[in-house]
Amino acid sequence: MNFLIILLSVLGLIALIQLVRVFEITGKLRGNNQDDIDFQENKLRAKLWLLFGIAYFGFFIWLAWEYGDDLLPVAASEHGAVIDNVLNFNWVILIIAFVLTHVLLFYFASKYYWKPNHKADFITHSTKLELIWTTFPAIVLAVIVIYGLSAWNDITDDAPEDSINIELYSKQFAWVARYAGEDNKLGEANYNFIGGSNQLGLITPETIQERKSSLEDEVINIEANLANAPEGGAKEEELQENLDKKKRQLAKIKTYERQNEVDPFVNADDDKIVNMEFHIPVDQPVNFQFRSQDVIHSAYMPHFRAQMNCVPGAKTRFHFTPTITTEEMREKTGNDEFNYLLYCNKICGAAHYNMQMTIVVESQEDYEKWLSEQSTFTSVETAQSREEEKEVSEEEVLAEKN
Amino acid sequence: MSTQAHAAEHHKESFVSKYIFSHDHKMIAKQFLITGMVMATIGMAMSLLFRLQLAWPGESFSVLNFFLGDKWAPDGVLDPNMYLALGTIHGTIMVFFLLTAGLSGTFANLLIPLQIGARDMASGFMNMLSYWGFFISSVIMVISLFVESGPASAGWTVYPPLSALPQAMPGSGLGMTLWLVSMVFFIASQLIGGLNYIVTVINLRTKGMKMTRLPLTIWAILVTAILGLLSFPVLFSAALLLLFDRSFGTAFYLSDIYIAGEALTQTGGSPILYQHLFWFLGHPEVYIILLPALGLTSEVISTNARKPIFGYRAMVGSILAIGFLSFIVWGHHMFVTGMDPFIGAVFTFTTLLIAIPSAVKAFNYITTLWKGNIRFTPAMMFSIGMVSTFISGGLTGIILADSALDINLHDTYFVVAHFHIVMGLSAVLAMFAGVYHWFPKMYGRMMNMKLGYAHFWLTFISGYGVFFPMHFFGLAGVPRRYYTNSEFPMFDVFIDLNILVTVFAIIGGFAQLLFFFNFFYSMVRGPKASQNPWKSNTLEWTTPVEHIHGNWPGKLPEVHRWAYDYSKPGKEDDFVPQTVPLEEGEKDGEH
Ligand code: HEM
Ligand SMILES: [Cu+2]
Ligand SMILES: [Cu+2]
Repeated sequence: MNFLIILLSVLGLIALIQLVRVFEITGKLRGNNQDDIDFQENKLRAKLWLLFGIAYFGFFIWLAWEYGDDLLPVAASEHGAVIDNVLNFNWVILIIAFVLTHVLLFYFASKYYWKPNHKADFITHSTKLELIWTTFPAIVLAVIVIYGLSAWNDITDDAPEDSINIELYSKQFAWVARYAGEDNKLGEANYNFIGGSNQLGLITPETIQERKSSLEDEVINIEANLANAPEGGAKEEELQENLDKKKRQLAKIKTYERQNEVDPFVNADDDKIVNMEFHIPVDQPVNFQFRSQDVIHSAYMPHFRAQMNCVPGAKTRFHFTPTITTEEMREKTGNDEFNYLLYCNKICGAAHYNMQMTIVVESQEDYEKWLSEQSTFTSVETAQSREEEKEVSEEEVLAEKN
Repeated sequence: MSTQAHAAEHHKESFVSKYIFSHDHKMIAKQFLITGMVMATIGMAMSLLFRLQLAWPGESFSVLNFFLGDKWAPDGVLDPNMYLALGTIHGTIMVFFLLTAGLSGTFANLLIPLQIGARDMASGFMNMLSYWGFFISSVIMVISLFVESGPASAGWTVYPPLSALPQAMPGSGLGMTLWLVSMVFFIASQLIGGLNYIVTVINLRTKGMKMTRLPLTIWAILVTAILGLLSFPVLFSAALLLLFDRSFGTAFYLSDIYIAGEALTQTGGSPILYQHLFWFLGHPEVYIILLPALGLTSEVISTNARKPIFGYRAMVGSILAIGFLSFIVWGHHMFVTGMDPFIGAVFTFTTLLIAIPSAVKAFNYITTLWKGNIRFTPAMMFSIGMVSTFISGGLTGIILADSALDINLHDTYFVVAHFHIVMGLSAVLAMFAGVYHWFPKMYGRMMNMKLGYAHFWLTFISGYGVFFPMHFFGLAGVPRRYYTNSEFPMFDVFIDLNILVTVFAIIGGFAQLLFFFNFFYSMVRGPKASQNPWKSNTLEWTTPVEHIHGNWPGKLPEVHRWAYDYSKPGKEDDFVPQTVPLEEGEKDGEH
């Protein structure tokens, strides 16, 4: 196989060399040298530009014909419809500019080919023309800017007071959604609290205590190991480093504890956490808050024309009002399996290509019903710790048996 | 010591001082070109490998296994980490090594002294340093491909925290460190080179070469060098701080991170800071690539249309305006990072401003062809192609610049289509135009024209074939940097189109073999060039065909007119070299 490839390459190379020789010799026979050009051939090259122009526009039209229907369906949000209008407006202008400039380019290229004993027109500039084609684009662009920015300002304006607050939390490689609960306020969170069943690092009096005691245990553990470790070794150094880290973390947790005593954190106990799929009610403004656990991700919901990066160490926001339920969209697209999707649009690691969550848009009643079936953070927590206790006791039972 | 004595002294040069540690700008230009071509081959090959995966996801290819081994392509199926690595290094090589160093390095070095009438660069030694800095950085980048944990994989923009934390992906280990070290050398090389270009253009112009008589190539290169000098130091700091975060536990870009089961102690930094620093270079960088490309095509188009470039002053003005504006638009890469919407609006405004001088340039090119007497040399074909790609890609920039529209298009294939057409294709086509046009100046021989035309059409058509369909992917919401789209049933409609794109990529890739063959064959066997094969006005065509140290045998030429007196009425020939004195009553320049 490899031998064959090498053989073919060598043969190809030889063929090329011979071909070039032939070109050179025929060129000489026709009395050509590099300073002259062949009128017929040059003319042919000019006409090729016309052919290319037709092919290029043809390709464009074919693509639009074949795939025009496979682009995103109508925007499923209030502001999305505005974005689509702005986009269509831009397309009209840009396609006109695209066609005009290309027609001129290809037409001039094909028309003004070299002719012997002919000279080009000595045209150096034209102030009038240049003024026109500076001011005209400037005016058109001004319109584009004004139209675009007025949409942008509306979209990025503060969310309405009655919005539903939802957090989208990203991590390698999954999304988690959190609903604000009864108080419609998202409880505070901090990455030092992540662990165990507290995957979002929510801060509640319980998680503070839990985190504190688990860190204290760890500190005691490490200190014990440290006492036993051989002195001056690499092992000691590692343990010491680890110990410092845990102590620092513990100190941080304690500051949260004190702060909570003075001025309690927003209640996170009533928050609801869901994985894989989240629901939103139609025609209700939704105010999203985005956080990330590890690297930058981007929450992309193209059907709603929405996107916002999730940045570790910061909270970002985006709000929109969905206008079409999943059911209605299935009818509109004629696709029974259609689903709104949230997926990651910022390179975040190996499985970046598969980090998605389904979004269900439904009526207010259905939404409320669904939400009431989701358990709150505390109930998740207690269930989990009960689960753990059960496991421990089972182990004890087993140990006793043996 | 007079220059002639200097030249005589160096007459007998050793192999090493002539071909390797050369101070001669013409030799250094060739070194940049050949190194750039080698790097481009690697970058191109990588893109073909990942295009295979995109067209036939998860399928087994023995070439993948052959190049990447069992670790990264077990059973010939590409590993997702390696997919990201290939994309990252492909982007890095094409943007920096080919289109920044390769393009500017080749043509700035070749053309500055020759077109302004200087014996060499202001400092031949610094020029040599610049090349060797580039060489070392290329070697380090290539070495980084072979490290155990794989090369850098966080995308060519290497955003932290992904690029800062080895826990985040294997490519953020040693490979990433080498990437940063390579870039440090690269930037040093760019700064040394750029400083030299600027000083040379400002100080060493021959008698009569007023700034208003400079060919547009030199204007473009000058502004490019200034952009580089002002923006590369910022990337340097960004890279340095990233190195610190990676190796010394600082937290410039890191905050509140929980990864691999552990809460990091580094806090207080901002990953967004990195993006500001990166794009403060990054946007001028795209013009660092584009401006020289525009400069080269201006020259080629005017020469071969046998007509003055339309609106020389407007062209210079646009270059300056683009250069200035390119520093205040970087935020358009960050509309959805959560930055203040008002700032976003300002960036939309400045970005759309830049479209005006860009449009002026496009119109001026088209009008230069109008009523011309066009000779379609291979260089001219590439240049006209470049005008087309510049327009096609520039127009989609207007959509992306609209912050409201960018919400839905950011980081989709639409962006990939935009910048590959406006920057990738345009600059590559212009670079080929430059090579075909100035090959006789570099090697004293002609390249084969027929192969040149074949190369052009294959490259140009497959270029559009690859990138034009990507607009449609983007408008359908297909994100860039996805290993496969098969996790999304809604993208299944594009399976065929993705295959078409890959087929075009393969055709385009292999078409470059024609160029390589033509280049090396013509270098040794091409027909000898005459002194001024394209009947051009600029000074480089007044030097002897055989290269000599110091460029002109006797005195330096004196310049009497601008570079664009093509088809001037009342002259016998359709060109008047810059060295020909003005006749009585004859007006110079744009009058
Ligand atoms: C009419 C002028 C142009 C405008 C208005 C424009 C606008 C934009 C905008 C807004 C983006 C960001 C898109 C996003 O990431 O969502 C972008 C990306 C980009 N543009 Fe342009 N552009 C123009 C011309 C150019 C030119 C001339 C070049 C290069 C020579 C260029 C190279 C790039 C590159 C490399 C990127 C993407 C970088 C990345 O994300 O990897 N653009 N452009
Ligand atoms: Cu991702
Ligand atoms: Cu930019």
